[in-house]
Amino acid sequence: MIGTDLNTVLPELILAIYSMAALMFAVYFGKDKRANMIFWLTAIVLVVLAAVIALAPAGAKTAFNGAFIDDAFSRYAKVIMLIASAVITLISKDYLEKNNLLKFEYPILIALATLGMMMMVSAGDLMALYMGLELQSLSLYVVASFRRDSLRSTEAGLKYFVLGALSSGMLLYGASLVYGFAGTTTFTGIASTIETGELGLGMLFGLVFLCVGMAFKVSAAPFHMWTPDVYEGSPTPVTAFFATAPKVAAACLFARVMHDAFTEATGDWTQIIAFLSLLSMFLGAIAAIGQTNIKRLMAFSSIAHMGFALMGLAAGTEAGVQALLIYMAIYVVMNIGTFAFILNMERDGTAITDISALGQYSSVEPARAAALGILMFSLAGIPPLVGFFGKFYVLKAAIDADMAWLAIAGVIASVIGAFYYLRIIYYMYFGDEVEPMNGKMPVVHYVALMTCAAIMLFGVVNLFGIEGYAAVAAEALLK
Amino acid sequence: MTITVLAFYLFALTAIVSGFLVVMARNPVHSVLWLILAFFSAAGLFVLMGAEYLAMLLAIVYVGAVAVLFLFVVMMLDVDFTQLKAGMSKFMGIGSLIGLVLLGELALVFGHWKFAEQSQDLRAAVTPAIEDAHNTIALGQLIYTDYIYMFQTAGLILLVAMIGAIVLTLRHRDDVKRQNISEQVLRNPKDAMELKDVKPGQGL
Repeated sequence: MIGTDLNTVLPELILAIYSMAALMFAVYFGKDKRANMIFWLTAIVLVVLAAVIALAPAGAKTAFNGAFIDDAFSRYAKVIMLIASAVITLISKDYLEKNNLLKFEYPILIALATLGMMMMVSAGDLMALYMGLELQSLSLYVVASFRRDSLRSTEAGLKYFVLGALSSGMLLYGASLVYGFAGTTTFTGIASTIETGELGLGMLFGLVFLCVGMAFKVSAAPFHMWTPDVYEGSPTPVTAFFATAPKVAAACLFARVMHDAFTEATGDWTQIIAFLSLLSMFLGAIAAIGQTNIKRLMAFSSIAHMGFALMGLAAGTEAGVQALLIYMAIYVVMNIGTFAFILNMERDGTAITDISALGQYSSVEPARAAALGILMFSLAGIPPLVGFFGKFYVLKAAIDADMAWLAIAGVIASVIGAFYYLRIIYYMYFGDEVEPMNGKMPVVHYVALMTCAAIMLFGVVNLFGIEGYAAVAAEALLK
Repeated sequence: MTITVLAFYLFALTAIVSGFLVVMARNPVHSVLWLILAFFSAAGLFVLMGAEYLAMLLAIVYVGAVAVLFLFVVMMLDVDFTQLKAGMSKFMGIGSLIGLVLLGELALVFGHWKFAEQSQDLRAAVTPAIEDAHNTIALGQLIYTDYIYMFQTAGLILLVAMIGAIVLTLRHRDDVKRQNISEQVLRNPKDAMELKDVKPGQGL
């Protein structure tokens, strides 16, 4: 019994044991002198786990009385998150080393946060959901204030912590109302109680509170307030991490809860999510226009992108979930590439975040400028780059679900949003000449930037087959 | 029957009143004392529900350890609580307004509260029957067998909290003298002391 359960959670188990073993090893043998090794080791473990999960046999398994679900949907999300975390771990290393922040706890916290994310997307029970969510969030609060001597960074961590605690409170309140109605916390149990009767007012309140709690985690407007400040204040590699893996986890968790536990109430929650999606797209697009700090700009950009991703969920169909999954995969790749560039924006050793410093960058570093240009075009969703296909699938799903108004609003928002992405390209190619940035780019960053740009360019052919995987994952979720 | 009802209202009322006084008491030490009373009343409520193990746990862990810890913290920290509370009157108006609105909403929800048909069965299905397993066994079975996954994850969360506290606060200072045990043990009398033969009446 327990043996088969443990077998099902084997990847999570390995990651948990690895984190604890690495912690003990570093504490007893050399502390921060071992940091370099732990960074590489963590990245290797994450990649190996991603490979193991990707090659796992198809089919769905549950463990611990349904608290843990291992199906194609969770495997898809896990592979993306593990690879994203591994790449972020590697690109963090050089930056942290340069800024005297190289500590062995950093990769371990990243590994534990990833573990929390894996638990989130596999949750089959409200309690398991909350446990995974807290494991992830708590690790993120700590890394947000990792540069503890900086007022900015500690403020970011504290803000994130307080607002995160508030959102967890709302989520728990919603969960308690749902439990009060249904008498169980398992998703299958909740679904079975909704099937037989109408949704009570209490249950509806519970559903709304659950949505609010999760909207905080995906930073969808109007629950996005923490995002710009936290993104700006945190050390840049941490910001890169925030913008990638946790977003995938939160979006997939959202889809999991809505489709697994509340399938019968699809009409009720699609309204909420359509509203969140609409507001996020417009807020992200309009508020970013006035930003000159590239980290804040990326924060608003991520809000807008989450709005698009949620549009897929708002459709409430299998095609919608597929679109969401494709969108998240593309979004993660674009962000990793962009942040690999941002990590190296510096002049004479001091980091710069002002976008006007990119003036005439194309004449200084043509290759890098071209790569960033491709990524920006892709973020803006301009065809024929891969970013366009992410948006295309989402819009198609919305139209097929009779939500043409949402799709039209999405197109308008993406046109508005294109302004600030194109402005960065404008600065690089046609801007006023400024004193050039002269940061030397470490090999890992260069490879990450160029690979991501290449993926955006060459993925056009067949999206690397991700479409098929996402379809299988979506089918597993809606089964 | 009447005695249980009477006891319920006694405990419930005490819990609410003392809970209110925790917040309102001027002296923080008094607050902690009221908190202890609230814990005890809650323990009484648990006994009435037949959960005697939880009641004892509440008395031992919360009253015995947590409240005492609170008391120490309150007395050790040099915080001017009157100054902290000075802003209270400023936010009293809006705060109580929001509180009232929330109360109205809650009344709205619970006034129309309905349970799913099978919710009682589902709720009962998790716990073993009282004839098969008494309190402690049932609790142990739930936490360590049925919910072992969540229990272990909670452990991991606490580990992260510990790592976080250390990462964010521990500073390694070089100007502090530290004990090096192996160095101490490896000291031998030869380089630690010197024997001198002092002649009487001469000195060194």
